[in-house]
Amino acid sequence: MTPTKPQSPTMERLDRDFPLDAVPHTPPHVVVELFSQPRYLSGARDLVSAVAKRFGFDDAVCGQLALAVDEALCNIIRHGYDRRPDGRIWLSLWPVSEDEGQPHGIRIVIDDLAAQIEPDHIKGRDLDDIRPGGLGVFIIKQVMDKVRYEKRPGGGMRLLMSKLLPAQADEQGGKR
Amino acid sequence: MEVFVHSMDKAVVVAPVGDVDLSVARELQGHLKRAIEGKPARLIVNLGKVPYMDSSGVATLVEAMQITRKQATKLVLCDLQDKVRSIFEIARLDRVFTIVSSQEEAVTIQ
Repeated sequence: MTPTKPQSPTMERLDRDFPLDAVPHTPPHVVVELFSQPRYLSGARDLVSAVAKRFGFDDAVCGQLALAVDEALCNIIRHGYDRRPDGRIWLSLWPVSEDEGQPHGIRIVIDDLAAQIEPDHIKGRDLDDIRPGGLGVFIIKQVMDKVRYEKRPGGGMRLLMSKLLPAQADEQGGKR
Repeated sequence: MEVFVHSMDKAVVVAPVGDVDLSVARELQGHLKRAIEGKPARLIVNLGKVPYMDSSGVATLVEAMQITRKQATKLVLCDLQDKVRSIFEIARLDRVFTIVSSQEEAVTIQ
């Protein structure tokens, strides 16, 4: 199974007006399929950080994007698959539109086949409640500009998130 | 990840080396629990050689903080690298933990 079936190679198509919390119609520029095992977290972080760097993000934001993906994967491993090691996860990356090859940001979609839950029930905890755990969703929402969970039509959950480069975020009133 | 533990006068220093994420958080948790069981006056976690930590690692430290508070052990984190400090700031836990820049300071801060 792949999260998005390859279509015609329209990689250069601008999708400036496409919602930042939706799956683009174009195929992902990068897709990684991994088992629900913590030992693959570091590879996923390195990949996201390296791609984000190529898209123009500075080192600090690259690290934060890698952190957001790490937290999302951890939640799937721990809660979605209940630490089962044989769950499948797909991590897909796109640039947000492009002007002469320069992306305006990054879109990240993470699909799984874990048990479905109501997206409204996925919330970060109150930070005043100091206790171990429950920080992942809060961190994801702090780091990313747009975050949305949805049930996948074929089963499992999907997390859609995006972050614009600072100049684009300023234009659109997003977070930096 | 490796974890080095050594005792000083009234203090125990736990110094993990390497990324602290879900794959190793339990290992760090075990080292911290063993250090806390000795009821030292001060538990210093030196993060100088931890280039990355996710919320699994942070949760381990929050748990350690809660236990140490019950037994009057002072928990001090020191020498955080930028990426690690960033997660404490994002989670607004930099105000909850005692965080100092060096192990020398961690030994003396009140």
